[in-house]
Amino acid sequence: MKLQVADLNSFYGPAHILFDIALEVGEGEVVALLGRNGAGKSTTFRSIVGLVESRSGRIVFEGKDVSREPTHAIVRGGLGYVPEERRIFTDLTVEENLEVGRQPKRPNAPHWTREKLFTLFPNLGEMRNRPGGRMSGGEQQMLTIARTLMGNPSLVLLDEPSEGLSPKIVEQMVDAILAMKKEGVSIVVSEQNLHFARLISDRAYIIERGKICFGGTMAELDARPDIRDAHLSL
Amino acid sequence: MVPTLLSVEALSKSYGGVHAVRSVSFELRAGEILALIGPNGAGKSTCFDMLNGQNMPDSGRIHLLGEDTVGRKPRAIWRLGVGRTFQITATFPTMTVRENVQVALVSYGRQLFNLWGSTAAYARDEAGRLLDLVGMGAYAERPCGELAYGDLKRLELAIALANQPRLLLMDEPTAGMAPRERIDLMRLTASIAREQAIGVLFTEHDMDVVFEHADRILVLNRGSLIAEGSPEEVRGNPQVRAIYLGEGLVYDARHREGAGA
Amino acid sequence: MAFYFVQFLTGLASAASLFLVASGLSIIFGVTRIVNFAHGAFYMLGAYVAFTLTERFSGALGFWGGIVVAALIVAIIGVLVEMVLLRRIYHAPELFQLLATFGLTLMVQDIVVMIWGPDDLLGRRAPGFKGAVDFFGQNIPSYDLFLIALSPIVLGILWLLFQRTRWGVLVRAATQDRDMVAALGVNQKWLFTSVFALGVFLAALGGALQIPRDAVHHALDLRIIVEVFVVVVIGGLGSIIGAFVAAVLVSELNAFGILIFPKISIILVFLVMAVVLIVRPWGLFGKPEAAARRTPGLTVTPWRPLTSGERLMSLGALVLAAMMPLFAGNYALTVGSEIAIFVIFAASLHFLMSVGGLASFGHAAYFGLGAYGVAFLAKAAGLPMIASLLLGPVLGLLGAAVFGFFAVQLSGVYFAMLTLAFAQIVWSIAFQWVEVTGGDNGILGVWPERWAASPANFYWLSLGITALVVTVLRVMVFSPFGFALRATRDSPLRSEAIGINGKRVQWTAFVISGTVAGIGGALFAYLKGSVFPDSVGISLSVDALVMVLLGGVETVSGAVIGAIVFKAANIWLVSQTDLSKLVLGGFIVLMVVAFPKGIVGTLETIRNRRRSAEAKKSALVTSRIEAAE
Repeated sequence: MKLQVADLNSFYGPAHILFDIALEVGEGEVVALLGRNGAGKSTTFRSIVGLVESRSGRIVFEGKDVSREPTHAIVRGGLGYVPEERRIFTDLTVEENLEVGRQPKRPNAPHWTREKLFTLFPNLGEMRNRPGGRMSGGEQQMLTIARTLMGNPSLVLLDEPSEGLSPKIVEQMVDAILAMKKEGVSIVVSEQNLHFARLISDRAYIIERGKICFGGTMAELDARPDIRDAHLSL
Repeated sequence: MVPTLLSVEALSKSYGGVHAVRSVSFELRAGEILALIGPNGAGKSTCFDMLNGQNMPDSGRIHLLGEDTVGRKPRAIWRLGVGRTFQITATFPTMTVRENVQVALVSYGRQLFNLWGSTAAYARDEAGRLLDLVGMGAYAERPCGELAYGDLKRLELAIALANQPRLLLMDEPTAGMAPRERIDLMRLTASIAREQAIGVLFTEHDMDVVFEHADRILVLNRGSLIAEGSPEEVRGNPQVRAIYLGEGLVYDARHREGAGA
Repeated sequence: MAFYFVQFLTGLASAASLFLVASGLSIIFGVTRIVNFAHGAFYMLGAYVAFTLTERFSGALGFWGGIVVAALIVAIIGVLVEMVLLRRIYHAPELFQLLATFGLTLMVQDIVVMIWGPDDLLGRRAPGFKGAVDFFGQNIPSYDLFLIALSPIVLGILWLLFQRTRWGVLVRAATQDRDMVAALGVNQKWLFTSVFALGVFLAALGGALQIPRDAVHHALDLRIIVEVFVVVVIGGLGSIIGAFVAAVLVSELNAFGILIFPKISIILVFLVMAVVLIVRPWGLFGKPEAAARRTPGLTVTPWRPLTSGERLMSLGALVLAAMMPLFAGNYALTVGSEIAIFVIFAASLHFLMSVGGLASFGHAAYFGLGAYGVAFLAKAAGLPMIASLLLGPVLGLLGAAVFGFFAVQLSGVYFAMLTLAFAQIVWSIAFQWVEVTGGDNGILGVWPERWAASPANFYWLSLGITALVVTVLRVMVFSPFGFALRATRDSPLRSEAIGINGKRVQWTAFVISGTVAGIGGALFAYLKGSVFPDSVGISLSVDALVMVLLGGVETVSGAVIGAIVFKAANIWLVSQTDLSKLVLGGFIVLMVVAFPKGIVGTLETIRNRRRSAEAKKSALVTSRIEAAE
């Protein structure tokens, strides 16, 4: 098991956001975390990497409980995080953004270099010295993924990678995620877009109002249109 | 004829070449509950901030209660009779619940620069009445900083009602609340709005809340209004379904690209 | 023409040290978000250590090596300070960070006197740069030319460091979004420590390089820090280019200001600063900052008026205090009057700082203006004492109205730096405009009239005015205006959304607070019989902050207790030890780290904890029932 989350509860000030979240990710798996806007997907990711101050529960990554470690230590251990808001360093160039993410080689994870990433995201290779602030939304989204990959993670949390992107860019994103999977990176991807999730994931969880209300393979989810309609559609 | 409270015409705003809101137009009538929905980044907040005076539109017109409010400050818009609640509650944590409402009443009564009166005695009963209205009467003397989140949301509603508003602007009124609290809060809001003929415009993520309480729904996507109508009409709209479920999006795109090549 | 050119070059040479110190402050602020008040102290330490090293080791190598090694030694001290002190307060409110680093400054002042003595030290001339260059009959020291060349070189090295090294890239990334840097696996702790080390190194280098130009003395720290604050406010906090441009600008304005207003040259700099703040509040090269952290936030217990029992107790305490002349001697009564006056001063700052959330670092300006107001009226205009006492504070009111208008446009650290800078203007005028203020010699002979001249009568007068002022301020706290002011402090977003014009409310509070401080100053002038620039000085401003903090920032009237305890302890301390600054500074640091709620705040917390223990029990039961449903 790559990642195991159990009894995760999170709070923003007085507001209780996550209730007893439990999820598992296997070696090399792509797992989708589906849910509507505001269901708790981003908070789940932020809690796993220690960016939510007030939380409780167990987070076991590669057999080690990391729930008390600071964010930078969790990430250094090989758990990469791509935030929803992208948070590109707008004053830094593409290459400098990648440099911030760079970490030493890891034995149990694929090793990424700048050149390898520029093959995966050819657009980025053409604008190495452009500041992050002067890139389109799609280019920023690719840069934020590439930046996280520079840390040679064995697992990546990808928060809503398709959000606000044009269909053409979304397609490139699908290809990139599948390429990451082929290299052996485990991935948890949060999505509102069921269709996008179906193209890349092995399994899915559905989160609604801070609680996990479904977990199973994509085929199992497709066999339950009632669940899909109750938690994902309008 | 029910009067028009708010009319928005061709409202647009862009940030560094990105069209956050493009040419949005709609109207809101007294007593009507109107929901503004759309995916993250659709332009809901930008729209809201422009109505509220926190953000200046690039072009377009906003008429609030018969007055052109483009370029006015939030406090001036408040004086016209607009109550406001925020996505993350904004209250005064170092005051009691009652004092929170009293400050709003002090401002409404134009007593802000009164250096010598006693606030404790000012509009005490009126504050109590507003708190009773939102079911917070029993908490009046509690420190606001100790309230549970759902109660803070109700307190915010009481504050927003202090200037006897004709229009309520509510940004994600139920965000961060437990399911049962969400339904209670919106029921309360709806009943107050209908009783006092207050118009309500709200943004919301929770579709149950939207479909149960809105009279009419506006759907924004990438800054443009793509649908408008009753909950039934919006639910059945294929374009809206595509945005929320993503059905056919990528395949359509592949297909189109293939046909073009 | 040649004269103006030489004047221009002198300005450029002065800019070098200013740029080094300001860039260090900016770099530290960019990453850690701390405005390091102790930066001036590190500058001064750099100068002292360099003095010792260059005296000890001879030759060119001894000199230049000594300069660099001095900066390195001070940087290591900086690292220790960061690890021991600053790491504990990175998440504290800005006010506490400023105060703690100011406490350090005070300690360093006494430490340098302990080690190097109180006298000015004249350093060695720089080997190779001892002469002067002739320029159309005007002499330019060659060392000035060296400094002029040095600034752009340092700027270039910093640029390379930030653009071309991994460390520099990480620092720039952290300046923009430090949480994201952590989310990419970078340990912020060491990044912060290294940034602090570099910033301190630059400050110490700036100090060390001054020794051939200037005497080394123990007041260098405050002189430079005020100029540096002005530089970063003009240039924009966090911008190195901004620090460079503004350092040159400020130095040139100083160089030519002397020619235009020889007596009050500093005015020119402040006029420019005011213009910059109106046009670009975040400085020429700075970026608009996110909303500042609120100063309060330690407790959320609502304030309440005194109960009738507490009122009786306060009245009893007042009666008791009024009986003091029955048994106390003249010295004790004079001390009593002084304490009463400082209660007024502390209460005035408390109104602005605790009720309004605006921590002024230059409140002595209005205290001092009140004192000078009385001196002008009594001495120059010959008004009777009552009239002077009533009209003197008007000068404080006017000063607060003008400076407050600009200051409330900003918040947080910018507000603190701006109020400090304004206070320094007033101080400079008091110090430099000798014809009117008497300069360093002050204005003497401001004695009370006969009816108030005896220590007992003056004590009763002070006590009466103090009781009146404290009561009036307390009524204002609970007035509608007081609530509007607290609303603006608690949530600018919400208060704007209920029709409150926050800036106007804060400006009004500033004027009230400045006027009350002026009343304290007016009494102080009569108590001392004289007025000196000291009563406008930074250390008086900081005394006020400490009094408020000691009493409890988040209480209604803690300042009263804080002022009594602080002033009494201070008077006693000065009589007991020569190292009062060391003790006071250490006390401030300790208080910020260990005791941030102050005396009254801590008492209240204990009382509330006892009271709510019972309530909590019943609340827990309710929530369990709800959860079970």
